[in-house]
Amino acid sequence: MAKWGMVIDLDKCTGCQACVLACQVENNVAPADKGQSFMGRSIHWLEILTFIEGKFPYVKARFMPRPCMHCDSPPCTKVCPVGATYKSSEGIVGQVYARCIGCRYCTTACPYTVRYFNWYAQKWPDGMEKMQNPDVSIRPKGVVEKCSFCHHRLVKAREKARAENRDLLPDDYIPACVQSCPAEAMFFGDLKDENSIVSKLAREPRAFRLMEDLGTHPKVIYLREGE
Amino acid sequence: MHNQSNMNMEEDIKLFNPVLRTGKWFYIVSAILLSFVAFAIFAYLTQLRDGLGVTGLARPVYWGFYITNFVFFIGISHAGTLISAILRIAKAEWRRAITRSAEVITVLVLFFGVGNILIDMGRPDRILNVIKHGRFQSPLLWDVTSICAYLTASTMYLYLPLIPDIALLRDKVNSWKWLYSFLSLGWQGTKRQKRIIEILISIMAVVVIPIAVSVHTVVSFVFSMTIQPMWHSAIFGPYFVVGAIFSGIAALIVAMAIIRKVYNLDDYIKNIHFNYMGILLLIMTLLWFYFTFAEYLTVYYGAEPLHLEVFYSKISGRFSIFFWGMVITCFVIPFGILCNSKTRTISGTVVASCFVLIGMWLERFTIVVPTLSNPRLPLSEIIYHPTWVEVAITLGCFSMFIFLYMLFTKFFPIISIWEIKEGREISVREVQARVESYLPDKGDSL
Repeated sequence: MAKWGMVIDLDKCTGCQACVLACQVENNVAPADKGQSFMGRSIHWLEILTFIEGKFPYVKARFMPRPCMHCDSPPCTKVCPVGATYKSSEGIVGQVYARCIGCRYCTTACPYTVRYFNWYAQKWPDGMEKMQNPDVSIRPKGVVEKCSFCHHRLVKAREKARAENRDLLPDDYIPACVQSCPAEAMFFGDLKDENSIVSKLAREPRAFRLMEDLGTHPKVIYLREGE
Repeated sequence: MHNQSNMNMEEDIKLFNPVLRTGKWFYIVSAILLSFVAFAIFAYLTQLRDGLGVTGLARPVYWGFYITNFVFFIGISHAGTLISAILRIAKAEWRRAITRSAEVITVLVLFFGVGNILIDMGRPDRILNVIKHGRFQSPLLWDVTSICAYLTASTMYLYLPLIPDIALLRDKVNSWKWLYSFLSLGWQGTKRQKRIIEILISIMAVVVIPIAVSVHTVVSFVFSMTIQPMWHSAIFGPYFVVGAIFSGIAALIVAMAIIRKVYNLDDYIKNIHFNYMGILLLIMTLLWFYFTFAEYLTVYYGAEPLHLEVFYSKISGRFSIFFWGMVITCFVIPFGILCNSKTRTISGTVVASCFVLIGMWLERFTIVVPTLSNPRLPLSEIIYHPTWVEVAITLGCFSMFIFLYMLFTKFFPIISIWEIKEGREISVREVQARVESYLPDKGDSL
């Protein structure tokens, strides 16, 4: 059984937001209007965090793409009263929209605040609903949603491999954000396979995980920016 | 048998008056309260149609007014059952006039505690998932279990001592006869029936106490089981229980004062009741202060940056109005009034109680919102402002509670008639015998 993980090289990330856009389109995340966005209600399964460090003239902006960490000990799945969120056997933290009761306990329990709530029914700008991805279900109002590591791509890739009577290859399954990164700062693969690209990068001295001290064991690994 | 109950009626006729006669003020106040309720229903229907977006909630402040109300109402519910049960077990004779008014608060207010959770849900239509797919690893399931047990136990604990009074109503009152004869379960006041009901009441009084303590403990666990700053605290269980009893006593004092005034029951609910309840409230004020002090000093001294951020947002930041408002209304004012026997009068205790109720609501708010407003991530600042929907629903809950309470007094005596009678006929002798038994034995040898 694989254990899917992601590596993000912060030295290469330019903060261009291509991954954010790719994610929104791939996963049918409707854009929030301006008012809702200011209220803090826009949904971004993946978001670029900006850190401004130092004072002028020694000021530096750092970017950090932040998907769901897909923790190996997720604080969110623990508290769900109905099992609407779970960690799959391959380590992906998923959400069952059809079961979620919208109590928002998981959203408050997640220390990374990566879970989003559908405050209203989704509204699509004219014409955009025709471009929805048929592989990803549309979320109704009142449920929680989150990054799924583009799990539907794994399902598809596995079906394809089975049809072609072969094993799943490392490049068969890659989330939309990783695929779209123009700076090639994002990597994806099986953390259990010691020779996979993500395992190799995770062993680098620059590697760290976000808020490791909380004991959540994130499966998103960052590579520290060099100076 | 019948002659005897006739006599009861004459003696405590005052206690039947609310059931027998209804003045125009009842209808006026009901109309006002129900108009608030109607507006709250309209607000909820708006929320149901459009989604929780009509509230002021957003990411990361996912919980606000509704969860504050939930914790507050569940806290108030500790008024009744717990206080009444403890006084019963402690054989406090002065309890007789106030136990029922306390027990009614518990049963009614629990519905609004649970109701606020349902109102807060994104998908209330899926509530049965909690039973179909319930996971006991989630503190919310502990809540469901504990609150259901509490609702059942406290309803029984309200109903059992009500049976003899319902039988009196069945025999004496002409309206709603079918209801009273159904609810009285064929009570005739025989020796055997009396013995059974006394045993049942004492069993329930004991059973209800651990359940009540568990209820507010698991309500606090919803917060303290997460790893969020200033929620993840081992003190939360007892802190919430103390706060609950504190606000419960305050609610009871206010209810007692209103009942006394509206139904002219000055000779039943007397100064001494307010004095004793005031002393209980004083003890709880001090306990509350002790817990609050311990909690905040620990956070301050430990000085973990994340915790300090929440801490300072309460002490000197955005939530300082709520925090200091809470300290003043929960401690400074009630302590000032209650520590002096000259001001521990009826009006004094009522004023103190009103402030405590406001303060305890603020306390719940300053626990829920500041932590959510200062998460580890994201870094952008979101300020939570409740909308008209949340305010309307909150007012509607309070109005509906008061209305149901009023309605109860129109159907059942709000002071337990048979227990007052029992106090008059049996307890005086019993207490005398008890006090005598405390005295040193007279030695025969001398």
